[in-house]
Amino acid sequence: MLEIRDLCTCYGKVQALWDVSLQVNEGEIVALVGSNGAGKTTLLNTISGLLRPVSGQITFLGKMIRGLPPHAIVELGISQVPEGGRVFPEMTVRENLEMGAYPYRVWRDKEATLKQVYQLFPLLKEREKQLARTLSGGERQMLAIGRCLMSRPRLCMFDEPSYGLAPLVVAEIFRIIRHLRDQGITVLLVEQNVRRALEIADRAYVLENGRICLEGACTELLENDHVRRAYLGL
Amino acid sequence: MDIARLDLRKMWTPALLLIALALFATLPLYASRYLVILLTSIAMYVVLTGSWAIFSGPTGYISLAPAAFFGLGIYTSAVLGRTSPLPAVILVAGLASFLVALFVGALTLRLKGIYFAMFTFGLVELIKYFLLWYEVEFTGTRGRFVVVVDNTTIYYVMFIILATLLLTAYLIRRSRFGMALQSIGECEEAAAHIGVNVNLLKTVTFAISAIFIGMAGAIMATRWTYVDPYIAFNPLFSFMPVLMAIFGGIGRFGGPILGAVVFAYLEETLITRFPYYYMLLFGIVLIIAVVYLPNGLVGLAQILQKRISERRHAHTGR
Repeated sequence: MLEIRDLCTCYGKVQALWDVSLQVNEGEIVALVGSNGAGKTTLLNTISGLLRPVSGQITFLGKMIRGLPPHAIVELGISQVPEGGRVFPEMTVRENLEMGAYPYRVWRDKEATLKQVYQLFPLLKEREKQLARTLSGGERQMLAIGRCLMSRPRLCMFDEPSYGLAPLVVAEIFRIIRHLRDQGITVLLVEQNVRRALEIADRAYVLENGRICLEGACTELLENDHVRRAYLGL
Repeated sequence: MDIARLDLRKMWTPALLLIALALFATLPLYASRYLVILLTSIAMYVVLTGSWAIFSGPTGYISLAPAAFFGLGIYTSAVLGRTSPLPAVILVAGLASFLVALFVGALTLRLKGIYFAMFTFGLVELIKYFLLWYEVEFTGTRGRFVVVVDNTTIYYVMFIILATLLLTAYLIRRSRFGMALQSIGECEEAAAHIGVNVNLLKTVTFAISAIFIGMAGAIMATRWTYVDPYIAFNPLFSFMPVLMAIFGGIGRFGGPILGAVVFAYLEETLITRFPYYYMLLFGIVLIIAVVYLPNGLVGLAQILQKRISERRHAHTGR
């Protein structure tokens, strides 16, 4: 579904990604793990068009999307839940969700989509008239996921969805991610919480210093010595 | 926007606007000459501030460019006024401002915060000195005479510009486009993530807001009869909209409008009563407003409204 080949991205003169190749198949949850500053967010932002790669290829459903502007990429069905949620603080919960349906492809059906999102997150329905800034961290993350779903994505990219949240909330969010996969949405999951990510995902890539250093099925990676030592503390 | 949100509280604003429009349309028939001129000045400031608020209100990008578009309008009037009919002059002024804003916006709206504000202010100075150079180099004189138009006509033209502006602002607010502008102001990165074409939207809105400022400049020029680049590109026309908007309260569209009305009236009164100290008094009023009214006049109104309703509740409670 998504195929990345030899991708290089720079911030000014500093190169952040080196020859990254990665593949996400339809219906999978693929985890992208690594420590702080490894380039995980950079990779997501390059896919969604916020950053322009220096070289390499990105194809989505057989279409070259490298160099397309972010709004065109959302229109094609790739949607990102940014780190920390990044909800619109002075808009109500409902307005936040409606904004998620901004792409032309989905704007007209937004009422129907909204119903589905409320079904998935009954809590958001309860709070629909509240300003987003009054929500708790976990609620904001759920709102951000809901907003992302409003664009009816084929591929959903999560950037550190568990960051800064209580364990119970994290469990709930991972349950939702699994549920989305069961609904037919493909997931690319960026996480620092390596153990949880490897437990939920089908395959994973390990990113270190801007390079993919390991890849494979999660069951294998959980047994891998390097992963166990560096990320699982075993 | 769905129908459920069109409740009564949101309906009374347009209704009130309609009544006001009817009142202002018939005003020159019975009002004094002075009142007509005063209202034209106030309407001019409302146009400047309202146009400024269309773009800067939701997006939070502080533009100091109004004087540039105002001056462009003034010079359009000075150059074309003799040979073209008034409506054509006004439309050309609007179009010229739109195109310049589109070009400048496309170049600079990637800049954030203070950098954007500084660049837009630089634009005013750039056009001013370019014109000065051009006039001295090629026409040999610094200033130009503008064809005079009678006060009632100026009043009506300004009034039509104002009405069009209010309608445009209202339509933008209600639309998908307006929501997207708001989202840019709240979190530009997230706006891009949900598929808003951030740069295009900012540029187009900036250009739309410039149309009205340019048109206002074109009609005001006919009142001044003589203009030169210093008069036309007076930086005051950049600062006034910002100050008036802050004074009124930036959050909603009504704030800047209210701010402009009160502020413009205040300016007029202070100039006529205290011609030597008016800037000083003006400054004091502004300081008081900023310190005590963080949300402007609209914020004050909300506080008062809340107090009154609380008192009413206290009475019925007894």
